[in-house]
Amino acid sequence: MTDAAPVISCRNVWKLFGADPHGYLASAGRGQSFEEIRKAGYIAAVRDVSIEVGRGEMLVIMGLSGSGKSTLVRCMSRLIDITGGEVIVDGQDVMALNERELIELRRRKMGMVFQSFGLLPHRTVLDNVAFPLEMRGQDRHDRRERAMEVIKLVGLEGREEYFPRELSGGQQQRVGIARSLAIEPDIWFLDEPFSALDPLIRREMQDEFLRLRGMLGKTIVFITHDFDEALRLADRIAIMKDGAVEQCDTPDRIVLKPATEYVAKFTEDVEKSRVVHAKVLAQPINGHPVDGPAVAADATVLQLARQLVNESREMLPVADKSGRLIGAMNRQEALDILLGSV
Amino acid sequence: MAVTDLTSGQVRRFARPHTAAVLLALAALLALAKPALPEFLTRVPGWAVLPYDVWMQGLFDFIKDDLGLIHVTRTISAGLEWLLDITANLLYGKNRWPYLGPIPWTAVAAVAAVTGYALKGWRMALLAGGTFVWVALVGQWEIAMQTMSVIAVAAPVAALAGLLLGLAAWKFPRFERALMPLLAVFQTLPFFTYLLPAVIFFKVGPTAGCVATVVYAVPPMVLMTALGLKKVSSEVVEAGHMSGSTRWQMLRHVYIPSARTELLVGVNQVIMLSLAMVVLTAFIGMPGLGAKLLSLMNSLKLGRSFEIGVTIVLIAVTLDRCSKAWVVKQPEHFERGTPWWRRNQVLLIGIAAFLGFLIVAQFVQVADHIKRDQDFSIGAEIDGVIRAILSNKAITGITEWLRWFLITWVLIPFRNGLLWLPTASVVLAAAAAGHFVGGRRSALLAGAFFGIVALTGWWDRSIITLYAVISAVVLAALIGLPLGILAARRKKWAEPILLVCDTAQTFPSFVYLIPAIMLFGVNDVSVVFAIFIFATVPLMRYTIEGIRAVPEELLEAADMSGATRRQKLLKVQLPLALPTMAVGFNQAIMFAFFMVIIAAFIGTQDLGQELQKTLAGNQLGKNFVLGMCVALMALSFDHIIMRWSANRRRALGVF
Repeated sequence: MTDAAPVISCRNVWKLFGADPHGYLASAGRGQSFEEIRKAGYIAAVRDVSIEVGRGEMLVIMGLSGSGKSTLVRCMSRLIDITGGEVIVDGQDVMALNERELIELRRRKMGMVFQSFGLLPHRTVLDNVAFPLEMRGQDRHDRRERAMEVIKLVGLEGREEYFPRELSGGQQQRVGIARSLAIEPDIWFLDEPFSALDPLIRREMQDEFLRLRGMLGKTIVFITHDFDEALRLADRIAIMKDGAVEQCDTPDRIVLKPATEYVAKFTEDVEKSRVVHAKVLAQPINGHPVDGPAVAADATVLQLARQLVNESREMLPVADKSGRLIGAMNRQEALDILLGSV
Repeated sequence: MAVTDLTSGQVRRFARPHTAAVLLALAALLALAKPALPEFLTRVPGWAVLPYDVWMQGLFDFIKDDLGLIHVTRTISAGLEWLLDITANLLYGKNRWPYLGPIPWTAVAAVAAVTGYALKGWRMALLAGGTFVWVALVGQWEIAMQTMSVIAVAAPVAALAGLLLGLAAWKFPRFERALMPLLAVFQTLPFFTYLLPAVIFFKVGPTAGCVATVVYAVPPMVLMTALGLKKVSSEVVEAGHMSGSTRWQMLRHVYIPSARTELLVGVNQVIMLSLAMVVLTAFIGMPGLGAKLLSLMNSLKLGRSFEIGVTIVLIAVTLDRCSKAWVVKQPEHFERGTPWWRRNQVLLIGIAAFLGFLIVAQFVQVADHIKRDQDFSIGAEIDGVIRAILSNKAITGITEWLRWFLITWVLIPFRNGLLWLPTASVVLAAAAAGHFVGGRRSALLAGAFFGIVALTGWWDRSIITLYAVISAVVLAALIGLPLGILAARRKKWAEPILLVCDTAQTFPSFVYLIPAIMLFGVNDVSVVFAIFIFATVPLMRYTIEGIRAVPEELLEAADMSGATRRQKLLKVQLPLALPTMAVGFNQAIMFAFFMVIIAAFIGTQDLGQELQKTLAGNQLGKNFVLGMCVALMALSFDHIIMRWSANRRRALGVF
């Protein structure tokens, strides 16, 4: 899924708010806890975060409000200047870019979707979507044509002459998504894109999002406070608390092996069989005799439930899409997950 | 940490009224001990009054002549004059380039009606068109257009200047910190202090009137611009950045369009202040509605004054309603493929109507202009009616008794009492009030402001000004507050009364003098009466709004606790409405300070009278000193009341 060079890499990133954050960070060193920093009169929004996002990967950053997740994503796009560490995007240190280069980077490579949509109220849907194209000076005809393409892509055809206030929340967010895709960005930031929508629409938009994601294959950083949403969408999840990353791993492993008590609180009530895939349970075969038909590597335990119950074999072979055997799954282990006795 | 915070807060809360009480007791003691007081505590002795006016005059002369500011301003006035000549030519046919005007009144009225329709539909069209038809039919077209030609230049210039200053204030916090106190002073300076410098630095006539109007109308635009730009949602700003906008693109495509509402509210205020000021430029001989009104009132032609009053009010209401409709007007979409003439239908109708009436006016004289003997003015008849009413024994009996009662038993004793108070005692009382609301800093501020007034040597005149203000505002509170409370009880009443108040607030202050003079003639009572009506409006308005803003939940909670209506009013509604009511009270006082100066031409004995004299003598230094006396007193009240209101709001947790 990921190739060698990460698209975004954060190394020991710090963001402090307060009177003299740089001075404080330099003098107090980097081992301070959130509370210690707060006593010194600073707010640690991002605390020593190191994360990498590979090409084509989707990283979901999950945390409750005030955990620093929105700040972190703004550090990646340099909407906020970081206090310490470095952020490398596509091989460039974003803090070293001048204004011109930063604008260029955003015009060519980045798109962002916002929680409250961030639409310009005085522009029609078409003009909102064409806005990034207009900013980089594309001519009127070209940009309208491209904007129409994206509007069709998000299913808003026929609404292009409407103003944002004439649309429902879900439709407005479709406009936000269309705008962020207009320049065909490599990197797609989504800051709690579905949090302002009601639950039914949210579900619909998540499906829509998965469809787009499958079509476009972009590198994605997705912010949410909804753990279920994170499990549903992510390749990897980074769970944040008090500005620091508690655990960063695939949904399966987070559910199976929460690294801290804090993470465990989230995973407690999750039905694990929906999350855990066969491939994660596959162990090296190491000469064990396995026979019979193989189960699909990206089937969840829940999807295999009937088979697991009826099966008599102790070890089930697991095969990936191309049919290649990648290991064997212990049936008992899978049943434990299914019955929630892990 | 939290514990120490709490205790220190409590200590301060007790300490404040304590010190304030000591100061107040001291003030009372000084007043009681007046006969025994040394001279310098009663009044600032003559030798201590330095010739500030001479110094200021010197400073102004230095800036004007030696630094050459006069050349700069004369250049500006040349530019302004060029613009004013264009509007004057177009609107009332002044003999200047482009030699096209005057535009026939029917064409102007038609464009006004179409504009009204575009902004808010048929009723607005009727109001806007009807206003101009009235103006023409009543035979005031030329003077009204003289007034409009100045507004047409002053309002856009003021809006643009306010926008630029507001942008700078938003961009550079340091500039904002320097600008805000200046704006506060500007908003409390009496209008004479705008007029005289305008006359001296910019030629007499429309140019000076225009400059004074622009300066007077700028502050709210600056405030609204800075406010609007700060309020743009951070996500919209971020979306702009992520779309790769440059700084200029951010401003042009993101900030300014997103702050549209606040900017247009600023424009509305600019237009209304322009109208109010343009009318007042009559005092420097600007022709137009104001000048006509002034001369008619001087010769007590009340019927014609009344007609002009109606014209001014109609124009004010039209300008206000149209610009407010513009604020709330949202763009509406057209389906794809709508032809261009449908998209711009209203604009095309407007152009067609304009051209149509232009052509008609070539052939039909009444459509071009209304001649003197063709108008429908009934000023003389109204005059007769008013005289008949005023000669009615019952009415004159009441007004004369009121006049006698107020003058003999209220106004004169109150004035003499205030004048009797030793200066030191008044300054101390101001400091006590300051200390009560804002601690040492406010005490120093209020005390110092009144102290400076004393040191200028204009103490008695200032006290007479203060006396008129206080008596009128107290009267206004006695009547306006109960009325407001009553009106707020029923939705059915509250809304029409709010509408009346809103409308009345758009009237230029000048027109409030008309009923005052009608009823009470030319004396102190009519001054107080004019201020009283003018000040009642904001008091009522904010009382109603304050009470209505109390959350429904709290009222339900009170009902469920078994509160009677009286208990609900006293224990729930009034305490929560007080901060808002205080804002209304403050506005009433500011209005009163403004009005009392205008009343100078009735023949008061206060600062306004002295200010009016400086106009004749071109005494810029003295004018400035007098103006500052008014501004400093107004600012003391403003600071104390607004501080108190903010404290209450914070204590109640409402913002």
